[in-house]
Amino acid sequence: MIVADKKPIEEIIEEIKGRTKILILGCNECVTVCEAGGKKEVGVLASALRMYFLKDGLDVKIDEKTLERQCDHEYLEEIRDMVDAYDAVVSLACGVGVQFMAEKYHSIPVYPGVNTCFLGAAEDRGLWTERCQACGQCILARTGGICPVSRCAKRILNGPCGGSTGGKCEISNETDCAWQLIIDRLNALGRLEDYETLSPIKDWSTDRAGGPRKVVREDVQS
Amino acid sequence: MRLSYPSSIKIIRVPCTGKLDVIHVLRAFEKGADGVYAVGCMEGDCHFNAGNFRARKRIEQAGKILDTIGVGGDRVRMYNLSSSEGLRFVEYALEMYELINTLGPNPIKTAAKKAA
Ligand code: SF4
Ligand code: SF4
Repeated sequence: MIVADKKPIEEIIEEIKGRTKILILGCNECVTVCEAGGKKEVGVLASALRMYFLKDGLDVKIDEKTLERQCDHEYLEEIRDMVDAYDAVVSLACGVGVQFMAEKYHSIPVYPGVNTCFLGAAEDRGLWTERCQACGQCILARTGGICPVSRCAKRILNGPCGGSTGGKCEISNETDCAWQLIIDRLNALGRLEDYETLSPIKDWSTDRAGGPRKVVREDVQS
Repeated sequence: MRLSYPSSIKIIRVPCTGKLDVIHVLRAFEKGADGVYAVGCMEGDCHFNAGNFRARKRIEQAGKILDTIGVGGDRVRMYNLSSSEGLRFVEYALEMYELINTLGPNPIKTAAKKAA
């Protein structure tokens, strides 16, 4: 999932100061699961903001709504009839949702209510960790299902580097060396010969290096 | 044991303090409560193991939010007692009552009155 973290309320207050009719817009997908921008977080933020402005004697209308997704036309359309009643939207969706919202509704400023962090997994309750950087050409088949692009600090494809010590990466003794994980896993699978095969130079044009990317699928286009 | 506690305290029953969420605490303040406290079972005695620990965390989170927005995080508290401690229940009620008397009313109410 896309993992996001809540923005401090102070920062959101700074962004929306001066606005008088604000819609807090949540998203039912990834940000709900990582407890940063779902219906529950919308409720808490809206309540906090209402009290903040009330306390200062300001009449600010703060409403709440949570859409199924903010990265699809059909769900964003659901607010078409109501959005003109506001002079700002705080979107608790990931950066994709915030942008799609801004692209669709030109006349209303959209502010991000979360920091979008990475593509990751819920490793434990309250612990999300990065697993993928969407490089556009997945090599997990060769690496025992462990991604060196997202989990090795140097993104090296024939690791480990000289800094790997006791299974930990040289950047921190709390970070596993991805290449140690890969070797251990290939070993457990009895596939160490995969490790002996040198990885060719990766085509990074499908990664961010090639600029903004798109997936075009004529088979599903209408 | 016919003990009395301040009549301004309104009890909201939940099946377990683990049911308490940050939003419940915030809504209480939005509706004009001057303080909110949760009374859970003794730590380690929760029938659902972690309900009262969760409640403590949520009370802390609500407190932080109330601090940030200037309502005051010291208006929320978490207490633990066992079901047979009626006296202690009253003690905590009085403690909270005193605390709120010292802190004064919820600033949102004061602001609303000024505006009116
Ligand atoms: S190799 Fe690329 S696509 Fe595959 S998990 Fe790693 S970053 Fe994601
Ligand atoms: S120690 Fe391991 S994870 Fe860290 S940079 Fe080197 S190969 Fe990558």
